[in-house]
Amino acid sequence: MNIFVCIKPVPDTESKINISEDGSSIRDNDIKWIMNPYDELAVEEALQLKTSQGGQVKVLSLGPKKRSTDVLRTALAMGADEGILINAPDNLDAFATAKALSKAIKLEGEYDQIFTGKMAIDNNNSSVTQMLAEFLNIPHAVPISKFQYDNASVTVERETEGGTKEIIQLNGANVIGANKGLNKPRYASLPGIMKAKKKPLKELELEALEHSPEDIKIIFKGLQLPPPKPPIKMIDGDAAEQANKLALLLREEAKVI
Amino acid sequence: MPNVLVFCEFTGDQLKNGSLELLTLAKNSGNPVTALLIGDDCSLAAKKAAHYGAHKVIVSSDDSLKNYNSEVFSDLVSRAIIEASSNIVLASSTTLAKDLFPRVAARLNAGLASDCVSIDLQDEKLTVKKPLYSDKCTAEVTFQNSEQKIVLMRANQLPIGEPDSTASAETSSLAVESTNLSTIIKDIVKGTSETLDLTEANIIVAGGRGLRDKEGYKILEPLAKTLGATLGASRAIVDAEWVPHSYQVGQTGKTVAPSLYIACGISGAIQHLAGMTGSKVIVAINKDPEAPIFKKATYGIVGDVFEVVPKLTEEFKNLL
Repeated sequence: MNIFVCIKPVPDTESKINISEDGSSIRDNDIKWIMNPYDELAVEEALQLKTSQGGQVKVLSLGPKKRSTDVLRTALAMGADEGILINAPDNLDAFATAKALSKAIKLEGEYDQIFTGKMAIDNNNSSVTQMLAEFLNIPHAVPISKFQYDNASVTVERETEGGTKEIIQLNGANVIGANKGLNKPRYASLPGIMKAKKKPLKELELEALEHSPEDIKIIFKGLQLPPPKPPIKMIDGDAAEQANKLALLLREEAKVI
Repeated sequence: MPNVLVFCEFTGDQLKNGSLELLTLAKNSGNPVTALLIGDDCSLAAKKAAHYGAHKVIVSSDDSLKNYNSEVFSDLVSRAIIEASSNIVLASSTTLAKDLFPRVAARLNAGLASDCVSIDLQDEKLTVKKPLYSDKCTAEVTFQNSEQKIVLMRANQLPIGEPDSTASAETSSLAVESTNLSTIIKDIVKGTSETLDLTEANIIVAGGRGLRDKEGYKILEPLAKTLGATLGASRAIVDAEWVPHSYQVGQTGKTVAPSLYIACGISGAIQHLAGMTGSKVIVAINKDPEAPIFKKATYGIVGDVFEVVPKLTEEFKNLL
């Protein structure tokens, strides 16, 4: 079967963020880029599906070349078969991203199953999964913590509000947004890393995917660091005094209860 | 003048606070406001939407709409937006809306700003901000090439106006047209929690490793109950299976923005901070004065959670 996974490089959570001079992005050279943690779950699920059903796993990433190539190589080292890099500027919006990904997948021919992470931790949108499904005119489900494949359909577990879980059946090809709990992603082994260097990694330009500037619906500007927080108020005394003072501060000063 | 559509979520006759916040904002913007409600019985909630400022209400009531289905709902919402000629679409950034609106945006060829924390709407001028990179910075979101602008707002960011129980709205209905669905909801297993979801909660009481074990975590329950708060947790204790994953705040859990966040025995790993720095007031209770959580907190107590939390519960019981 033809399995696709869409992955994104994001800044490591530990990275300090510095804003570019024009305020439209962050400074790249200060950042350590990693594969979005939810996308690791997506890659792992794709590899497990390949093990049980056969076929091949193709991984796509859209973004600036260096960091996207790095995460694609990681996915190949985990066991994916082919990488597809779509060269694109930083912070291309979800609409244009999903549209380009849908075109790139269609160019490959048949697709049976597509995995993504439930969201990227850089902009918290959780949009590309659903938009990609809409552009391909197939169903989606997100966030997914259990996935079972049965030929013409899949059955998934979706976590909603307050810990409620839905069991959903999706018929035909579909897009899944992986959540924590779905699996435990494997590490890339050393032989895996060596093998990955020889695996095919194709490069595409946005123009080849019929991308038009009209596809960009959202742009970010005026990036700002948060205003400095006022210094913390430490509350002293024994436990009873601390509790009493805190309760009063929350009511009278902060006015939140 | 833009037509504003507010997608309202509700239970019975109760609209969610996030929906009320957006109805209030839309009403005060001076633009015509349409509320959209979808469910098995919308009649009572539709009246409430009028009380909070909707001039028109579109309802889609059908037994099949009791539970969310992305295919059915995205079709209804897209058609409602076209029917109401809406140019600005507002919804609270709930689990449902986050699933639904990207599909709608793709279908309508429209821009979507998700997970926003600030919005200003005066006449035709719409200004929206959203956090990026785990709340380490915020950006202004500009729409382009988009007839409709769709904004999903985090809950608890805006004031809720006073309802006017004499107000009524012109109501129209929208029928389900989706057939041959590829998405079939087989079963729904209700969560145990009766409180608001973490992403919507106004007060959160969260616990971490400092509570020692699963039993220790339970001292937070009376505190949360007294405050009407939702319980949360750090990743460490979710991984240790003291509480389910639905409790987790932070990276690989939920991003929250309550008015009050009480962190009990949480040291404040950067992945946890990434999910809760949007909270208005943060209280940290921890025995280690060097814990990173104190760098983000508004009020700090260095002490034993097992002593402080029960005392705090008593104080709130007397106060509330």
